[in-house]
Amino acid sequence: MDSKTSASPLLEVVDLYTHFDTPRGVAHAVDGVSFRLERGRTLGIVGESGSGKSVLSRTIIDILAKDGSVLNQGEVRFEGRDLMALPEKDMREIRGREIAMVFQDPMSSLNPVKKIGKQITEVLVKRLGMPGAEAKRRAVELIESVGIPDAAQQLDRFPMHLSGGMRQRVAIAIALAGEPKLLIADEPTTALDVTIQAQILDLLRRQQVERNMAVILITHDLGIVAQYTDDVVVMYAGQIVESCSTEELIRRPRMPYTEALMNSAPNLADPPHTRLDAIPGMPPNLLRVPQGCRFADRCPYAAEKCSTEMPALAHDEDSSHIYACWYPLEVKEAVSA
Amino acid sequence: MSALNALLSIENMTVEYTNQGQRFAAISDINIDIAEGETLGLVGESGCGKSTTGRAIIQLPAPTMGKVTFEGRDLSELNHEEMRQVRRRLQIIFQDPVSSLNPRRKVKDIVAEPLVIAGMKDAAERERRVREVLEAVGVDPDTAMDRRPHQFSGGQCQRICIARALIMEPKLIVCDEPVSALDVSVQAQILNLLEDMKERYGLTLLFISHDLAVVKNISDRVAVMYLGKFCELADSARIYEAPAHPYTAGLMATIPDLSTIGADAGPALMGEIPSPLNPPSGCHFRTRCPHAQERCAAEEPEFRQIESGHHVACHFPLTEQES
Ligand SMILES: Nc1ncnc2c1ncn2[C@@H]1O[C@H](COP(=O)(O)OP(=O)(O)OP(=O)(O)O)[C@@H](O)[C@H]1O
Ligand SMILES: Nc1ncnc2c1ncn2[C@@H]1O[C@H](COP(=O)(O)OP(=O)(O)O)[C@@H](O)[C@H]1O
Ligand code: SF4
Ligand code: SF4
Ligand SMILES: [Mg+2]
Ligand SMILES: [Mg+2]
Repeated sequence: MDSKTSASPLLEVVDLYTHFDTPRGVAHAVDGVSFRLERGRTLGIVGESGSGKSVLSRTIIDILAKDGSVLNQGEVRFEGRDLMALPEKDMREIRGREIAMVFQDPMSSLNPVKKIGKQITEVLVKRLGMPGAEAKRRAVELIESVGIPDAAQQLDRFPMHLSGGMRQRVAIAIALAGEPKLLIADEPTTALDVTIQAQILDLLRRQQVERNMAVILITHDLGIVAQYTDDVVVMYAGQIVESCSTEELIRRPRMPYTEALMNSAPNLADPPHTRLDAIPGMPPNLLRVPQGCRFADRCPYAAEKCSTEMPALAHDEDSSHIYACWYPLEVKEAVSA
Repeated sequence: MSALNALLSIENMTVEYTNQGQRFAAISDINIDIAEGETLGLVGESGCGKSTTGRAIIQLPAPTMGKVTFEGRDLSELNHEEMRQVRRRLQIIFQDPVSSLNPRRKVKDIVAEPLVIAGMKDAAERERRVREVLEAVGVDPDTAMDRRPHQFSGGQCQRICIARALIMEPKLIVCDEPVSALDVSVQAQILNLLEDMKERYGLTLLFISHDLAVVKNISDRVAVMYLGKFCELADSARIYEAPAHPYTAGLMATIPDLSTIGADAGPALMGEIPSPLNPPSGCHFRTRCPHAQERCAAEEPEFRQIESGHHVACHFPLTEQES
């Protein structure tokens, strides 16, 4: 990608690899990923389960196991500093403060038996050095800002007594407490009901705009990407296969996998019993990734070259839309006309 | 709502559970017919009673009140042996295909199990049937029969579950979120497979899901549930075009889809889903309904027909307000 375009972005991931040494071989979970994210923007990372989205986000905030099973390479530049080279002590300062994370299961970031008020004030006191009384006031504000009614009373409740949607709101309040510049939300609504999902995603967007915070929104749902992100990265088998603005991706996908992903989801505009364009087969085993294009054995356009040579990410002359494909889809201008 | 060609009828069905010592109705007083050969979709949010409905149909557990009639017989009046016979024609498949298969058994034994239970002694005939259904669901019998479930992906395990359900040549299959745990690409494979199997074996399906787009795609009619009751029932195309219940309309407005790039969808439905232990008086939906009025708290709306085949439980249906 062109590094000449601008001054240092908020986050720049450069040629990142995360492999796992497992008893059955080395799993190429994240395999040469590069992207950049500007301040105040929302980047969607979309891909099927196992494509490496969660491992990528965990690598960025450096919370993967430290037992030698994780093999890392590459750079994660946050405001120009390479987080991969930072000692854990400095990284702890960054986590929760500069970069916060919200997980699919809110309980994984909450302590089930500690009152939610205490969990929020702790962040405020520890990370921002706020005095106790002020922290308490601020906690009430935060709880209110994430749409929890009767905020003052709620501080005394335990996460285990809250519904899934309420827990996710609390997890978001805690993530926001440190006033992060970057929030990584890994499938924050996958475990929630559709009406609650809409509430949580609206909430995230409001907070993002108000705070001019950058957000990485990880999801397997292209509909969520379309509605809630500015830019998007499509992952397949540990690699980025396409990346551009969200609007561009939805209107003019170039990589066959992106098109296949869009077509396989049922479309509300179609009448009942419309035959779905399923993608045949399954993603490759990450222990034995093919040498050519990783989508080749499922791709309707695959030719000989596809299974022998891996296509690199590239873009057309007049565009920053990047994709990895030997035979990219034609641009269908007619769509918008 | 009684149809002449109903394969299955549910009348005044209530299922009660006990939670923290308190008795509550997970579904209360629901009525619906499923016509032979149709796919009825059942949508609603977590805990609204979809699975409870599906399980009550196969009498696991039997409803607390009301009755289920299948092929003209009241299931609550059958003895154990009669029920066992009926169960062959009334199958169920679940959301999590991997954990609903016994990890220690080979695929051929898993799929043949219903035949064994039904007393089929001829091993060669059993094997022939297993091969036939595995082939039908797109699993190669030669490579799959001697393997165990963990050697298959989620999508393949769901195919195996479908094969096991099909081997008894059922009339009706209750599909409880059969694609919710699968990726979109694999989800499409399974949805297409269910359509094919329906055609090939003349099945009737009750398809439970929380995904409105999936339900629209596979269903002939759709029933929407909220807190243990039906709010709306109509043809699949109709209910998406002109939802009459404010909850249905709210659900439709919250579906993020590709046509809404960057656009603000309708406002999200506010509020939390109330606990079924303590449902609101009157209309169950009134605490979140943007159209609620005094009458809604005082009086429970009846589930009534507003036009042919379109039922709604609301004092002020949206379609009536327009006209
Ligand atoms: N065995 C049980 N004992 C007590 N309560 C139960 C039992 N099974 C279900 N419930 C409760 O009954 C209600 C309906 O549950 P049900 O499983 O039918 O919901 P559902 O619509 O299938 O939800 P989901 O979308 O989460 O699968 C919920 O409040 C649930 O907690
Ligand atoms: N600790 C680990 N050890 C070995 N393999 C792992 C580990 N964590 C994740 N993986 C593998 O890495 C791949 C990517 O996983 P993940 O990032 O969780 O995918 P997703 O895109 O669904 O978030 C998967 O094949 C997964 O099984
Ligand atoms: S490189 Fe070949 S196999 Fe890969 S997506 Fe493009 S056409 Fe398909
Ligand atoms: S009966 Fe009243 S509260 Fe219930 S859905 Fe209709 S308008 Fe809303
Ligand atoms: Mg993940
Ligand atoms: Mg259920």
